[in-house]
Amino acid sequence: MSDLYLSRNTIHFAEPLPLQSGAILSGYDLVIETYGKLNADKSNAVLVCHALNASHHVAGPNPDDAKDIGWWDNMIGPGKPVDTDHFFVIGVNNLGSCFGSTGPMSVNPATGKPYGADFPVITVEDWVNTQARLADKLGIRRFAAVMGGSLGGMQALAWSIQFPKRLAHCLVIASTPKLSAQNIAFNEVARNAILSDPDFHGGNYYEYGVVPKRGLKLARMVGHITYLSDDDMAEKFGRELQRPHGESQDYRFSFDVEFEVESYLRHQGDKFSTYFDANTYLLITRALDYFDPSRRYEGSLNRALAEVQAKFLVVSFSTDWRFPPNRSREIVESLLSNKSEVSYAEIDAPHGHDAFLLDDSRYHNLIRAYFKQMLEAQS
Amino acid sequence: MKRADFAAIANWISPNSEVLDLGCGDGSFLEYLQKQKPVHAYGVEIDDARVLSCVQKGLNVIQQNLEGGLALFENHSFDTVVLSQTLQTIHETEKILREVVRVGKESVVSFPNFGHWSHRVAVGFGRMPVSKSLPYQWYNTPNVRVLTVADFEKLASSLGLQILDQCILHEGRRVTLMPNLFGSLALFRVRRA
Repeated sequence: MSDLYLSRNTIHFAEPLPLQSGAILSGYDLVIETYGKLNADKSNAVLVCHALNASHHVAGPNPDDAKDIGWWDNMIGPGKPVDTDHFFVIGVNNLGSCFGSTGPMSVNPATGKPYGADFPVITVEDWVNTQARLADKLGIRRFAAVMGGSLGGMQALAWSIQFPKRLAHCLVIASTPKLSAQNIAFNEVARNAILSDPDFHGGNYYEYGVVPKRGLKLARMVGHITYLSDDDMAEKFGRELQRPHGESQDYRFSFDVEFEVESYLRHQGDKFSTYFDANTYLLITRALDYFDPSRRYEGSLNRALAEVQAKFLVVSFSTDWRFPPNRSREIVESLLSNKSEVSYAEIDAPHGHDAFLLDDSRYHNLIRAYFKQMLEAQS
Repeated sequence: MKRADFAAIANWISPNSEVLDLGCGDGSFLEYLQKQKPVHAYGVEIDDARVLSCVQKGLNVIQQNLEGGLALFENHSFDTVVLSQTLQTIHETEKILREVVRVGKESVVSFPNFGHWSHRVAVGFGRMPVSKSLPYQWYNTPNVRVLTVADFEKLASSLGLQILDQCILHEGRRVTLMPNLFGSLALFRVRRA
């Protein structure tokens, strides 16, 4: 097995970017990581789009911190399902995120202060436009594949609509063509937690030297519940009480942490609030809410997908109740109606929405076979 | 390995048509068909390993249970829907047949013929038949419905299916004399009347 050939770069884009909202961003940086080698005719590039809280760091150890392994390391690397011995994989930190690309924490050149609340609202379509500009800079006219899970899958889907000629394959995993009212409701609770934190200061908390940690923690806690299945939580925590070994299993009749699941959620929330930016959380959940390619076509997803040329692989997970299999089937149904090339797999996995990030042999064998077939069809 | 009914089914499919193969298994038929003539095809399969085989062959495959019907597919959206040796594995027989002729302008349905003389003899001697066309023991068979050529004709008529053509085979050869007795594999080309 060969090396991962990880390389990290910050790329500056000086040309102003018109956004879907009508606002214009004067210039911006995107941080990217790449793995493997771009071939001579630049036909082996795979763009990996990230979901809410992830970044450009998709695979391998972080060059700055070897313990920080990429978020999709089980999927991407030498000999992995997306094999970097054959494919040149690009991870990009999306505009508005908080891992080095331009976002609310960055300095607004117009004011010399962090953007904060002034950072424009970004949509999935805007991200795809920035990713296309990135492809231009790298000289990639057409991706072998654009892929992503959850919100990343929405970006892949948007790619197939906005730039139909620029991707051969589109992998949409654990995703949806648009959020349901319930999905938006959960996002709203998360945003409200942040907006009502006294340390939020209307989004300009950087100036006050504080972070709306309590709001961010709550947002993550509620979000995290939607990533796991009921069965998964039952198995992981059940009704176990949080007690040091040997201590009494009696109830304490208090509002401190009693159950294991409470301790877990608090821990996840605390951890998250130390590394994630609250403004970014607001932006990205809003991008999720707004995503609806059918909106321009009087609600017809068939018409929204009428021009796609990519071959699709759509994957869902049986216990995912955030974006359940039915939501993926909506995409499949429209692709079938248009007689587009599509395969669809429904993986019977117990881990809810998070399953797309986990190691499951049926899931990984499928992705491996799909990419292998891509190579065979090329040669 | 090529199954005996592949050539007969492929014969009924026109070049450049849209084909949906229900219960497509590992994709052998669609792979065979695409070598015979240019078609645009999708398979439907429930089993994980078989779905994987289809993806390995580069076929379009949709993973779903046929018992749930064909809600993903629009009326008359395929030139030919193939239900090849799958009917006998489905509980909701009438529902799937109605769905097949709703989605297909034409459909091909094939199934093992329980009425073959060897099966009748086995039952006559008090045992459930095990043969090339019914290669399972009663306790491990995936088949949940057993039917004969005559049974199918009767159900087709009661469901409003028009039989356009039929081809009854035994050992890969067409049987014209008393097909319900001498045929082990039945193929029908049908459409909604």
